[in-house]
Amino acid sequence: MPLVSLRNVSKIYRLGGEDIRALDDVTLDIDPGEFISIIGPSGSGKSTLMHILGCLDTPTLGTMTLDGTMVQNATERELAHIRNQKIGFVFQSFNLLPKLNVLQNVELPMNYSGVSNRERRDRAMDALRLVDMDNRAKHRPMQLSGGQQQRTAIARALVNRPKIVFADEPTGNLDTHTGEAILQLFYRLSQEGRTIALVTHDPEIAAFTPRRIEIRDGKIAIKVDERLAGTGAHSRFSLTRSDAEGTRETQ
Amino acid sequence: MNFLNTISIGFKEIWANKFRSMLTMLGIILGVGSLVAQSALVKGLENGMKEALVAVGGLEKVYITAQAIPAWQRHRAEQAVGNTMRDIRALQQSAPLVHLVVPEMRLPEAVVTSGSKAITPWHFVGTWPGSLDLNQHVVEYGRIFNDVDEEMARNVCVIGTDIRDALFGDPDEIGREVNPVGEFININNQRFRIIGMFRHYESELDRKTREQAASRGPAPETGGPSRRGVAGGAKRSRSGSGGGMGLAFEWKNKTIYIPLNTMWLRFRAGASTNNEPDPHLTAIYFKVNDLEHMNDALQQVKNVMSQTHNGIEDFAFNTQENYSESINTAVRNARLSGTIIAAISLLVGGVGIMNIMLASITERVREIGVRKAVGATFWDVFIQILVESVVIAVIGGLAGLLASKGLVNLLSILSPAGNSPVITWEAMIVAFGFSVAVGVLAGIFPGLKAARLHPIQALRYE
Ligand SMILES: Nc1ncnc2c1ncn2[C@@H]1O[C@H](COP(=O)(O)OP(=O)(O)OP(=O)(O)O)[C@@H](O)[C@H]1O
Ligand SMILES: [Mg+2]
Repeated sequence: MPLVSLRNVSKIYRLGGEDIRALDDVTLDIDPGEFISIIGPSGSGKSTLMHILGCLDTPTLGTMTLDGTMVQNATERELAHIRNQKIGFVFQSFNLLPKLNVLQNVELPMNYSGVSNRERRDRAMDALRLVDMDNRAKHRPMQLSGGQQQRTAIARALVNRPKIVFADEPTGNLDTHTGEAILQLFYRLSQEGRTIALVTHDPEIAAFTPRRIEIRDGKIAIKVDERLAGTGAHSRFSLTRSDAEGTRETQ
Repeated sequence: MNFLNTISIGFKEIWANKFRSMLTMLGIILGVGSLVAQSALVKGLENGMKEALVAVGGLEKVYITAQAIPAWQRHRAEQAVGNTMRDIRALQQSAPLVHLVVPEMRLPEAVVTSGSKAITPWHFVGTWPGSLDLNQHVVEYGRIFNDVDEEMARNVCVIGTDIRDALFGDPDEIGREVNPVGEFININNQRFRIIGMFRHYESELDRKTREQAASRGPAPETGGPSRRGVAGGAKRSRSGSGGGMGLAFEWKNKTIYIPLNTMWLRFRAGASTNNEPDPHLTAIYFKVNDLEHMNDALQQVKNVMSQTHNGIEDFAFNTQENYSESINTAVRNARLSGTIIAAISLLVGGVGIMNIMLASITERVREIGVRKAVGATFWDVFIQILVESVVIAVIGGLAGLLASKGLVNLLSILSPAGNSPVITWEAMIVAFGFSVAVGVLAGIFPGLKAARLHPIQALRYE
């Protein structure tokens, strides 16, 4: 059974009497343990899809199931609970709280899930170790590089052991080299069995993931799944992972 | 979310904006401070007035004085007898609802001399010893006159301290206690022996200031019990510090008591005056047994007096009820105006808090978005904002309680003549409760506004 499944999901914004279909009839499944990338030009609806998948927003039409729960008619409170327990979200702009230090930022989701103070600390430190940030626990976000901030944000996304991690352009604010390190981190996390979906508009990045979906004008245009044999997987994304790494090194 | 955590987050948030939060608290500080201070002032005022009421004999004391005969009885004027000893005896026998019936004969404008010194007492009274109880007099030196003095109409007197001060020297000035018992004085050229002196009467406030001054002064002398530290430069108040209230004490200190019979024989029966003998009593005092049944008692007295006065209403009752009523009115008015001022400053304080909370959530829209994205619910955000608002109000309220203490001290210094203000627990609890309520009310709207934010819109906010 898929972990996440969207059925005919549309998100319609109404601006001055005119309907904008940010998402148009999207149907999509994500299985446990998958590493999937969503690619598309600017304004195509990637973030909108991500927000709906991440339960930060609700679809206008269609249904969505996450880990067996029908999400489209959940209450605000239930959505908050799902975000807290089942979903980790990584933003392009990190979204760390500047007044809290690294450790407190990572502890933040546990503030809302009734974890005891002591366990909070241990779990936050574990998550920081996972992203190799445990030596910066007492630093403020302002004192960190972009890559370090994003690793902190990833630790925060992982700390409540979510079913799935969503990342919306996690490397968008980083230079190529740092961005690649973050991608390597996601790749490693995926190898360890986590389910990850990330958004990018960079085909080279998308090439990292076995499964890729391209969106245009709110619709799914192309699906690529390397796991399925003989589907013409490389028709559009000709780069293999090693190719991508190779290209990067020459840049 | 853990409540203690929420509170600690609230404190951190306020600490992060120390200056701003402090300015915001100012309104609450002033509100709570003025609420407590005004109630302390009113309490002081009330205490002072009640004290004075007790000093003049309390509510149970009633006295009867002569009154012009009403118009409809004018034609019977020659039958009017006035207040006399007959009334006293009749009341003692036939008015069981009252007790301590005491006659008083006064002589106005008496001149008292000793050597070259002279004074006119405020009260020069011929009466029975029962008057001491009625008028809350306490004999400090010597004794009050007894039945023999009364019977034989002896020329003996008991004086107040102001009389002593004028004739034999003021302890404050000569630096030692003066006991005038045994001395002789002349009252309207009649020789009287002083057999007793009342204690010095003063308001609680005067006593305190005097004692404070005394304890600061060098080597307080241990004279009479009410006379501590006269050498220490501690002045007993002469003018009566509590304005109108203090006068009650001053008048009391300017009293001379002599036996009723002496008054009658020496000053009224024509012995020393050119006038005809005047057997009329200046006043008939009595105490009502039960304040609850004041009206019944007065009616009973009236019935008895009607008998002795042939039905002519040439007498009138005087009670302290008007006085007591005016105390209540004064206290009520003072409290009302003070409460309005305090309420306005609390309101302003609340608006200030709301304003700052709105500014604060506008600054923190992204933070709220992040918190919601990681799982904060509507209530989590609402409570967080509410707690911050209440924490500001609570700190402001506590500071206001401290400020009220300072404010009260300041007021006491600025107008030392006032009654010493009394800060009560009730006032502190009520004021603090109000500050908490203001914090809650001020936090509700910003809290709702923050809690309603949509996570995505909040995260997009720049
Ligand atoms: N709150 C909104 N109100 C109206 N229109 C919106 C709103 N949010 C998104 N849209 C519209 O929906 C479409 C998809 O936006 P979305 O942010 O999902 O694009 P994207 O693929 O993430 O683009 P980018 O790569 O630039 O981030 C856009 O046309 C955008 O204008
Ligand atoms: Mg986007």
